[in-house]
Amino acid sequence: MAEYQNIFTSIQIRAPAYAGVPLKDGSWIRQGKPWFSHLFGRFGDAQIGPVYLGFLGVASLLCGFIAFEIIGLNMLASVNWSPIQLVRQLPWLALEPPAPKYGLHFPPLNEGGWWLMAGFFMTSSVLLWWVRVYRRARSLGMGTHVAWAFAAAIWLMLVLGFIRPLLMGHFSEAVPFGIFPHLDWTAAFSIRYGNLFYCPFHMLSIAFLYGSTLLFAMHGATILAVSRFGTDREIEQIVDRGTGAERAALFWRWTMGFNATVESIHRWAWWFAVLCPLVGGIGILLSGTVVDNWYLWAVKHGVAPMYPQVYPHVTQPTMTGVPQ
Amino acid sequence: MKLRIRDVLVPLSTGLVLTSGTLLSGCEPAATKSFQAGFRGTGMVQVKNPHRTAAQAAINAVPAALPRPPVTPDTPLAGATLKNVQVLKDVPVPEFTRLMVAVTAWVAPQQGCAYCHEAADFSSDALYTKQVARRMFEMTRHINTDWHQHVANTGVTCFTCHRGHNVPAAIWYKNPGPEHASFYAGWKDGQNAPAESVRLASLPNDPFSTYLETPREIRVIGESALRQDGMGSSIKTTEQTYGLMMHFTQSLGVNCTYCHNSRSFFSWDQSTPQRATAWYGIRLVRDLNYHYLDPLGSIFPPVRHGVTGDAPKLNCATCHQGAFKPLNGVSMLPDYPELKGPVKVAAQQQ
Repeated sequence: MAEYQNIFTSIQIRAPAYAGVPLKDGSWIRQGKPWFSHLFGRFGDAQIGPVYLGFLGVASLLCGFIAFEIIGLNMLASVNWSPIQLVRQLPWLALEPPAPKYGLHFPPLNEGGWWLMAGFFMTSSVLLWWVRVYRRARSLGMGTHVAWAFAAAIWLMLVLGFIRPLLMGHFSEAVPFGIFPHLDWTAAFSIRYGNLFYCPFHMLSIAFLYGSTLLFAMHGATILAVSRFGTDREIEQIVDRGTGAERAALFWRWTMGFNATVESIHRWAWWFAVLCPLVGGIGILLSGTVVDNWYLWAVKHGVAPMYPQVYPHVTQPTMTGVPQ
Repeated sequence: MKLRIRDVLVPLSTGLVLTSGTLLSGCEPAATKSFQAGFRGTGMVQVKNPHRTAAQAAINAVPAALPRPPVTPDTPLAGATLKNVQVLKDVPVPEFTRLMVAVTAWVAPQQGCAYCHEAADFSSDALYTKQVARRMFEMTRHINTDWHQHVANTGVTCFTCHRGHNVPAAIWYKNPGPEHASFYAGWKDGQNAPAESVRLASLPNDPFSTYLETPREIRVIGESALRQDGMGSSIKTTEQTYGLMMHFTQSLGVNCTYCHNSRSFFSWDQSTPQRATAWYGIRLVRDLNYHYLDPLGSIFPPVRHGVTGDAPKLNCATCHQGAFKPLNGVSMLPDYPELKGPVKVAAQQQ
């Protein structure tokens, strides 16, 4: 039984390639002859394909490719078309949103116009992929939980790059497409609005983010720990007494007095994951549109504690009688 | 195949430790030390890197003062005795000569007197360096007289910036940004390149011409909890301020919390007293660039100009050179009191 004490999948179960349940609708069919990969089997299912691409999949990939090309070629142009400099400076490079003076107007192509186009195609790509996720789930007779979880992430993306800039009346408020630049944007955003750590929605978002990792660690560890009883595979686990699944439940009941069920642990995980970007997006949306300084907001509402003054009192200096 | 957790974890964790250790050692050459500089638990901490401080000890060393010549009230003054002395007129001749010797060591140790003076006639203004030097004496006296709020009684001398070089190590010119071939793509918005000026961040990389030449609002944070009229400062403006602040930390060898309480960057009542000193420092730098350095553009030869043809200008690093107090706070003025000088606000003439 020692084979099951693993953190990587060490057993690969092979069955004849299976094309999947019949499709209920759609003019496309699944494509490709299935094959097996031992390497993939170490991380997941060894069977690769067939895939369902469909119109939405093709359209999404095309839009995504256009956005990727606009961003990448602009980065390449910004280093004088030098591939070596593109690699060396890649973390610093970005496609920037337009200057504040353009408001919501279409800026010149090379001063934010490309950024708007990249944003349009990226958003189209993501939204098309969302519809694809929804339709594929429906086609398989599944619920649409994956699509709605994905929608939570799309909400945050749209708030950052589109909805909040619209409300502020400036595309310049949006995030640049770049590795360091988007991080600098994030730090600048927090500073501009008086420290985002005092935003209660940011607090909630962090709680759900860290909560998600905690839940995932607990759940993943629990299931692996009882995989020696076949808990990860057998249907009777959820109804019989004394099975691995029941041991898993008992483990948490003994450890902390309460346990989730096989079904509810996934509900917990789903809500934590969904609420993380959902509440985070609310915090971003309120910054600058309603709240201008989250620290002062927190002082006003008794959230931010006061500490003893240890420096000589500092007041805002002024210039008097000195040539400026 | 039997694969135990131990078999995987031991090499994995060893590898991780070794890799991250190697990577991190590339960032900081030596262990850092941190000092609590505010109320406990508020993160008001200063991080010092002993390796870097040691490396800076040499450039921050103050040269030995020259012996003072005997001077009586009857000793003639430079303005009355020597030809074409315009700034240091009130200095007794022996003191004047001593100062000239000291300045030669501070600014032109290789070239000697001839760097500024025509060998045949020391009173001649033929060399541009002499005209610049005269203006620099005026500037030094102006700083020591009018900018106590920044330089206190420590003051500055030529050495504070020059440190044995004709041109101080840290100066700046207007930055037209990187050349790039195409007009239709590749716009960088003055940022997104690993620039020394902003400590290799991707922030807007010319904070100097934006903020250190003419007055422009640096503060960007909202001063009320809820939004008032208008949107206030944009995120792009905030990034420009952020870039300037990176220059501060680099020039002074400090982190944000040397001046700011990072929980609330804007609050004066939670800031350290150093923030007020820095506030005056910004105004000082603008004053000097606008009234002293920029107008010298027509006197400097093209070799001293930047790519856009502007005069060399100063910023925080010009004096500070990595130390939060230039020369680690040692004042050279007691040895060269003539640089404190009488008030002569030449700035108003421009």
